[in-house]
Amino acid sequence: MTLMQKFLGAAATLAISATAALAEPAIIFDLGGKFDKSFNQAAFEGATRWAEETGGSFREIELQSEAQREQALRRFAEAGNNPIVMAGFAFASALDEVARDFPDTKFVIIDMVVDQPNVRSVVFNEHEGSYIVGVAAAKASKTGTVGFIGGMDIPLIRKFACGYVQGVKATNPDATVIQNMTGTTPAAWNDPVKGAELTKAQIAKGADVIYAAAGGTGVGVLQAAADAGVYSIGVDSNQNYLHPGSVLTSMLKRVDVAVYNAFKDGPDLETGFNVMGLANGGLDYALDEHNAGIFTDDIKAAVEDAKAKIISGEIQVHDYMSDNSCPVE
Amino acid sequence: MEKMPRWADVALIPLINLALAFFFAGLVVLAIGENPFDMVRFMVKGALGSSNGIGYTLYYATNFIFTGLAFSVAMHARLFNIGGEGQAALGGLGTAVVLLAVPWPHWTVALPFAVLGAALFGAAWAAIPAWLQARRGSHIVITTIMFNFIGAALMIYLLNGILKKPGQQAAETRHFGDAVHLPTFHEMLAPLGIEFSKSAPANVSFILAILAAVCVWLLIWRTRIGYEIRAFGNSESATAYAGISAVRVTIIAMLISGGLAGMMAINVVMGESERLILNFTEGAGFMGIAVSLMGRNHPVGIVLAGLLFGMLNQGGFELLWEMPGISREMVFVIQALIIIFTGALVNMTRDPIERLFIRRNKGA
Repeated sequence: MTLMQKFLGAAATLAISATAALAEPAIIFDLGGKFDKSFNQAAFEGATRWAEETGGSFREIELQSEAQREQALRRFAEAGNNPIVMAGFAFASALDEVARDFPDTKFVIIDMVVDQPNVRSVVFNEHEGSYIVGVAAAKASKTGTVGFIGGMDIPLIRKFACGYVQGVKATNPDATVIQNMTGTTPAAWNDPVKGAELTKAQIAKGADVIYAAAGGTGVGVLQAAADAGVYSIGVDSNQNYLHPGSVLTSMLKRVDVAVYNAFKDGPDLETGFNVMGLANGGLDYALDEHNAGIFTDDIKAAVEDAKAKIISGEIQVHDYMSDNSCPVE
Repeated sequence: MEKMPRWADVALIPLINLALAFFFAGLVVLAIGENPFDMVRFMVKGALGSSNGIGYTLYYATNFIFTGLAFSVAMHARLFNIGGEGQAALGGLGTAVVLLAVPWPHWTVALPFAVLGAALFGAAWAAIPAWLQARRGSHIVITTIMFNFIGAALMIYLLNGILKKPGQQAAETRHFGDAVHLPTFHEMLAPLGIEFSKSAPANVSFILAILAAVCVWLLIWRTRIGYEIRAFGNSESATAYAGISAVRVTIIAMLISGGLAGMMAINVVMGESERLILNFTEGAGFMGIAVSLMGRNHPVGIVLAGLLFGMLNQGGFELLWEMPGISREMVFVIQALIIIFTGALVNMTRDPIERLFIRRNKGA
């Protein structure tokens, strides 16, 4: 690209959108909303941390409907934002088309693989992270019954559930795992009332540790568990602080790191596959002052052991999405 | 004269309602410290200010026209069909089944069959509540609401199971293929030398929606069954006396209603996403109720109300884009206020204005 072309490109970009600075990064939040205290919020925190550390600024938008995915992607790309990060697998089809039309713009999609030369696909091995919190749940449970509450019933959440059940059963083969999904539509990501109802139902059946992998719905799960005096496990962001002494731990899915890295790398970011797992710090469990009292050394030892074995390859956690089935119930 | 003039009924009252809606929405915007005139400007400009905006407005409007017509047909028989959402979802299933089962050579060949599939599946989903209402007296409001949930559950089961494209995350089918791509406005207008945004999703389904509106008008006011539907809606006992079968009218009105709701899928599933996506209806089935109420259950009114609601949807997105101070939730509030004033409270302004006209006429 010659200097003249660059200059013309910049002028055109400025003409399209006078407000957007050149190559300002952008992020698009999924239907769950930016402040879901979970997945989208983690993405937001990553973006905010980048802005604070570098003094840069970024553009953002929260979606209202499916048809807006492509619309938002195009608007950002046309406005010259680069790179454009999207939080959520549901962008895959829209991105596949838009990425072709804007070959000079870099896109980052989290939780999905889009095979285009200008796209970085960040995927997490959630089954591994869910496995280690499953170990913690089985260790902490006194009744031998633990619960799982998913958001929308999709393969990704079944992957969480499957990893969790494997961790529980590996620690206590006699344990019972009660599983519920909140709903069948994207509204299930943001229905804390229903999350709380499901939690109460699971507690009534004897569950005393409940893992919520449900976006904003999880807030209701953690609340209901805290009200009933049982343990819960948060997801995506560190949710230990929400109910100290009740949230046993949180399965950290470092979406924030993925967003931060993308913004930091800027328009020249490396595209292609980017797998985040226990080994490279993309996944972890949360231990801080809020759960130090309940996360005993015994639990910690078991969890650390499982984590080390997964990293070394000694434990192979089955990935639900590899064959759409789970070996344990 | 004991009535107000017709122009006031069909034009003045909706405009007054719209003005009221924007007034209250403006108050809300003012309360959060933003400029209400900017809000209106961005919404209108966003919806109509560019061919891209118009393309999105027409795309949303197409959905609302279909679901509005669907609601109105049932409403003429005094059947409150609140199940448009589920019927539309099943219509999507019908479209997808037709388009996935056969390797269609061209969209012109595929479209009639896709429409048939969408309408049949939508109608089938309305058939059971209709039968229950007609034969068993189970209230149509309750049964159609419940069928929305059953429909949503069925869709998730299928889209996470046999319909899902293997090896991917999102609950959606594979792409239908480029052969069945419906021409967008860009492609339709380009031969005429008119430049239209390439990325806007409005497509040939909009014309289909207008045709459907004409057909509904013919059906309701120019056919025997249409007469029976209206007569049944006005007086059930009179129609029974006239020898019109209540069961037959109920079931036929609901089948047509469900079929129209299902046809919304042609716009979204075949026209825009070109694959079946879970929850593609996004409340358009419910929005159809407001559209039909505002349009006074008349096809012309429904088309106009559909366009207005389409503008509202697209304008809301632009508002989000142009005014970062207004959050997504605030946009929902603004849209909801407009829907309440233009749809639900349509009779609130009607009575006082009618009285005003009558008093003036008596004075004259």
